[in-house]
This record gives sequence, structure tokens and C-alpha cells, in this order.
Amino acid sequence: MKILVTAKRVTDPDAKIRVKPDGTGIETAGLEYKLNPFCENAVEAAVSLVEQNGGEVVAVTIGDDSATINLRTALAMGAERGIHVKASDTELDSDLTARILAKVYEDEKPDLFILGKQAVDGDSNQVGQLVAEYLGLPQACFASKMELNGDRLQVTREVDGGLETLDLSLPAVVTADLRLNEPRLPTLPNVLKAKRKPVDVKTPADMGVDTTLKVVTVAYEAPKERAGGIKVKTVEELVDKLRNEAKVI
Amino acid sequence: MDAFKDVDFLDLNELLTDEERMVRDSVRRFVSQKFRPHIEEYYRKGIFPAELIPEMGRMGFFGVNMQGYGCAGMSNLAYGLVSLELEAGDAGLRSVVSVQTSLAMYAILAFGSEEQKKRWLPELAAGTKVGCFGLTEPDFGSNPMGMRTKAAKTDAGYVLDGAKMWITNGTMADVAVVWAKLDGRVKGFLVERGTPGFKQIAMHHKLSFRASDTAELAFDGCEIPANAIMPESDGIKSPLSCLTQARFGVAWGALGSAMDCYNTARDYAIERKQFKDRPIASHQLVQAKLAHMLTGITTAQCLTLRVTQLKEEGRARPEHISMMKMYDTEMALDCARIARSILGANGITGEYPIMRHMCNLETTTTYEGTTDIHKLVLGKDITGVQAFY
Ligand SMILES: Cc1cc2nc3c(=O)[nH]c(=O)nc-3n(C[C@H](O)[C@H](O)[C@H](O)COP(=O)(O)OP(=O)(O)OC[C@H]3O[C@@H](n4cnc5c(N)ncnc54)[C@H](O)[C@@H]3O)c2cc1C
Repeated sequence: MKILVTAKRVTDPDAKIRVKPDGTGIETAGLEYKLNPFCENAVEAAVSLVEQNGGEVVAVTIGDDSATINLRTALAMGAERGIHVKASDTELDSDLTARILAKVYEDEKPDLFILGKQAVDGDSNQVGQLVAEYLGLPQACFASKMELNGDRLQVTREVDGGLETLDLSLPAVVTADLRLNEPRLPTLPNVLKAKRKPVDVKTPADMGVDTTLKVVTVAYEAPKERAGGIKVKTVEELVDKLRNEAKVI
Repeated sequence: MDAFKDVDFLDLNELLTDEERMVRDSVRRFVSQKFRPHIEEYYRKGIFPAELIPEMGRMGFFGVNMQGYGCAGMSNLAYGLVSLELEAGDAGLRSVVSVQTSLAMYAILAFGSEEQKKRWLPELAAGTKVGCFGLTEPDFGSNPMGMRTKAAKTDAGYVLDGAKMWITNGTMADVAVVWAKLDGRVKGFLVERGTPGFKQIAMHHKLSFRASDTAELAFDGCEIPANAIMPESDGIKSPLSCLTQARFGVAWGALGSAMDCYNTARDYAIERKQFKDRPIASHQLVQAKLAHMLTGITTAQCLTLRVTQLKEEGRARPEHISMMKMYDTEMALDCARIARSILGANGITGEYPIMRHMCNLETTTTYEGTTDIHKLVLGKDITGVQAFY
């Protein structure tokens, strides 16, 4: 079985993100990028399915040069080869990302496409759904369990207050949630092996994808600093503030 | 999220290759998943979780910078980063790797026969076997040349008599690299667990390195075969060259302890309020302490990275390694003591890692050559006159 997985680059979830003074983006000096945690779940799911059933895992990333390390991380976790579509964040929106990935899918013709449910920096949660729509494939988002039964895939999803189990025909699109599995850590020998695995580098233009954006980011703003609390002296003062300042009563 | 974050005032991480970053991140997560949640308990009970050793082997932590025989064969910088990340957990965890890699495996690689290398290195690299290194004796620490452990030739091989003290990994070891005098000349021998006349005795009541296996090795008419001698070992230079390898990892490790102490103290200083509800971080004396710690860590990083580059080029001298080991461990101990003061009474509890790092650092400034001994090494290099005796 052939599985395509995403290896999205995200800003280090442990780093403190600072917005540029002019609001056009975030400060990138000294900032490191990591493999999106949900993509780690996707890679783990793909690699363990292939370990059990045979086949090949192909990892794809869309990003500038700094995304190479994230693609290599997916290769170190067990993907056989990588596809790096070169584009910077400002040249992308969720829709273009989905159209590029749909094109990669058409070129690769995998049996299954697993994505992270969202990227932990942009938090858009749109790409998997759009890809399934563009390709006309069955989709199961927020997968917390996956089981292959012959040529069908059972996916358990976490929904409000319970679980929902879907039975999909293949090929299909699945997006991975955090509880799907515990991603393996790349071992040192596998880090070295990943360096020698093939990576195909291309641009959206090479692939014949229309790069017009539907959504453009206008501004970035850091959350306001929270003002410290104050102590009120009387109940009357409290009621007054709740009514006239906070306007909640 | 990950519990440990490195300190990088000068964006030194930009000097790492993608592979080195991936190694760093893997080790960091290994420590935060498998070790950090339990370290306080291990330390209190005085145990090292031996079950982690095969897992560390599978991850490729043993023999990181060594080629062949199942070793990862990565850069010295990768080995340094592994040491740093492990010691940010605990120096005991880092020591398992330093001893296995740079003392036991390196000794066998440098001085062993092909048969010995094939027999031991792949299993030591995989963590399915444990190795230790016996040089120090009850009466000879800084001056190992004075050792009394003796080897004598017999018809079937050799017989060993004597005792080694303070041996890391000593009770867990399947094979001990033992240094003994044969006709007055220091030679290395490989002694296997279970050999009659060889005892591995745990040392108790340590108040430092509690999550580390430290043992006495006793040899009483211990007969070993002729192929147990490491044929290429010759003189005190042989074990000393192993120490030069291990000190490299010890120095890198100290950066990890120092960073964990600094991070803990900085976060605490920002949270903790005293006098007029102001964070203690707003006081000049506390800021001076934090500035001192950050400067110490950053200076040590620059020294350490430069020595690492030289080592990669094959140009690092033992004196370079001495300066780095001495400076980094003393800097880390200084950081730990200052961090402890910033945490006040909380600093002495097991709820924070500082007191544990501080106690461990009393060992790291002592083993692999005390700070005094490294000053004498540098003193001799500067003046051309030895002042050891
Ligand atoms: C937890 C732990 C683990 C260890 N693991 C190992 C191991 O795996 N293998 C191994 O072989 N050893 C090991 N050691 C032993 C360690 O290497 C020795 O403790 C160290 O070499 C110092 O020797 P010593 O303790 O006998 O101190 P001493 O040599 O007695 O020194 C005592 C003091 O005198 C000072 N001193 C000595 N000579 C001079 C001089 N000429 N001039 C000025 N000052 C001097 C020293 O600096 C020190 O302050 C370990 C020790 C510890 C604590």
C-alpha cells in the first residue's frame, strides 16, 4: 500500500512568538521550526500501517528552504522519500496549499492520504477537507483510531461528547488528531539514513498549479497585555464597576 | 510540551546542521518522556533505571561519534548535544553514556584486538551489554600512576589482584575495562561479569550522583584468559587518552545542568513576589545574578563550540579539553549555587531540579580530573614546568 503524508513546517511551539513592529509578520531571527505535531501523528500512522501491510510512505512538505529539516524528520521516522514544494508562507493560503497537495496526490496516486488535522501555528484546519473536496475522495477528519480491513479503512473520530466510527472506501483522505498514536522519536542512525533518502524538489509553477491566492493576510497583532487586577473596597463599588466598566450586569 | 529549553543568547544554534538539530530534539524528547517525570524518585531512592539502557542503545546514544561496529558515526558536536540534553535531565543519565561511549567503548576501539572489538562493540552500542572503566583505586585518584592493582602472567593467561573504587556503571557492567600493572607497566584488561575472583560491589550513602550506579570492583586471584589483555594498551597514556574523550562529554553535559538551573531560576524570579507585591526579578541584585549566570553559560558555550570544532578537525589538544572541562563544570556549579539562592527555601527541595544538579556538579568538578588537576595541566602547558609533585 502506498501512503502520502504531510510534513508541515511550523514555528517551534515552545518558542515565544513576537510580532514585527510593523505588523507584517512575525520575527523570525533565532526562531526554529519544528515538524507540526499533528503531522507527526500522520507520519506515525502511515509508517506503522506500512510496517504491518507492506508498501511505501511518501512525505510531502510545502515551504521555503527551512522546511527541509521537517521533511527529513518525516524521513527519519520511516518515510521512504520526500517531495518538497518550494513556496514561502506569504505565497500560500489554505486553498492553494490544498490545490498543490491535490496535484501531488494525482501525480503519486497513493491508496491513502493522511494529513495533520491542522498546523499548530496557523490553526486554520481547512487543508484536509479542501483536498478531499478537490479530489472527490471520502474524508475522515480528527482521526483518533485507524484500522485497515482489506480494502476499507475504519476510522474513529472524536466528536463532541463521544466517538464516531466511519468505514471508508480507499483511496481516502484522513486527518490525524493527537490521540491517534504516540509518534516515534527519530533514532540517531535513522537521522543519518534520512540524509541519504531521495527528495524531489519542485515549485507550484513546475507543477502547473495556479498560484492565485484567495485569502491574503492583512495584519498581525500580538494579544493585548492583560492589565493587573484591582481590589474594590465595597460591594457598591463592585456593582458599579460591573455595571458601568465591564458592562456585564 | 517539552520540559527543557536550551539557552541560546548568541543564536549559536544557527551553527548546527539539520542532523544535529534533529538529534538534539530527539534526545530532548526522550528525556522528557522517559526520564524527567521520574528523576526525583530515582534520585531519592538512589537508583538508576537500568531498563533505559537498551532503549538508549536503540536510539543510538552509545558511540555517537564513533565509526563502525554498529555506532552512529556522527559528529563530535552531535555527541556534545546528546550529553547536554541528557544532563539537563540528570548527570547520572549523561554519565551512563559518557562511560559506556568514551571510556569503555573507546578503550576497546583504540586498544582492543579485532576479536575484542567484534565481540563487545556492537552489543555495547546497542545497549544490550553495559561496560565500565576501572582506573581509580582507594588510595590513588588524581595520581592513577601509583595504582596497586597488579596483573601477573600465568600459563593460561593472567591473574589480577587489587581493587578499583568509584566505578560508574560498576554493578551493571557485563564487561569491565580494568587498568593494572603488568611487570610495572600499565596495561588494559577486559574482565567479564561472573569471572571467579571478580566482585562488583555497590557503593551506598552517596549524596551526589544518587541516580547513578557507582561500585567497587574487587579482584582476588582473578584468573582471566590470555586474550583478555588489550594488546595495543601501553602505559598510563592509554587510560589518560580515554579520559580526554570522556571529559569532552562531561563538559558538554555541564552546560545542560547549568541551563536547567538558569531556566528554573529565571522563571521563578519572574513569578515569585516579595516586598510590595513586586516580582523578585525586579530587584537589581536578582537581575545581577541572572546576568552573571547567562554570561557564564554563553562564555562556556563559545569555548565549548570552538574546542568541538578543533576536535572535529583532529586539532584539539588534551589541554584544550582540560580548560573546557574545568571551566564548564565550575561555571555550572556556580550557576547551580546562584540559582539555588534565587529560589530561597524552595531551592533546597526535590520539587525543583537545582539542588540535585548542584550535588551532582560536586562530582563533575571532581571526577575525570579535579579542577585543581586541570589547572596543573594548564599550568604545565603555560610554563613548561610541571607542578603535580
Ligand atoms: C560519582 C563518581 C563516579 C566516578 N566514576 C569513576 C569511574 O567510572 N572510573 C574511575 O576510574 N574513577 C571514577 N571516579 C573517581 C574519580 O575519577 C576520582 O574521584 C578523581 O580522580 C579524584 O580522585 P580522589 O577522589 O581520589 O581525590 P584525590 O586525588 O585524593 O584528591 C583530593 C583533593 O586533593 C587535590 N589534589 C590532589 N593532588 C593534587 C596536587 N598535585 N596539587 C593540588 N591539589 C591536588 C584534588 O584536586 C582534590 O581537591 C568517580 C568518582 C565519583 C565521585
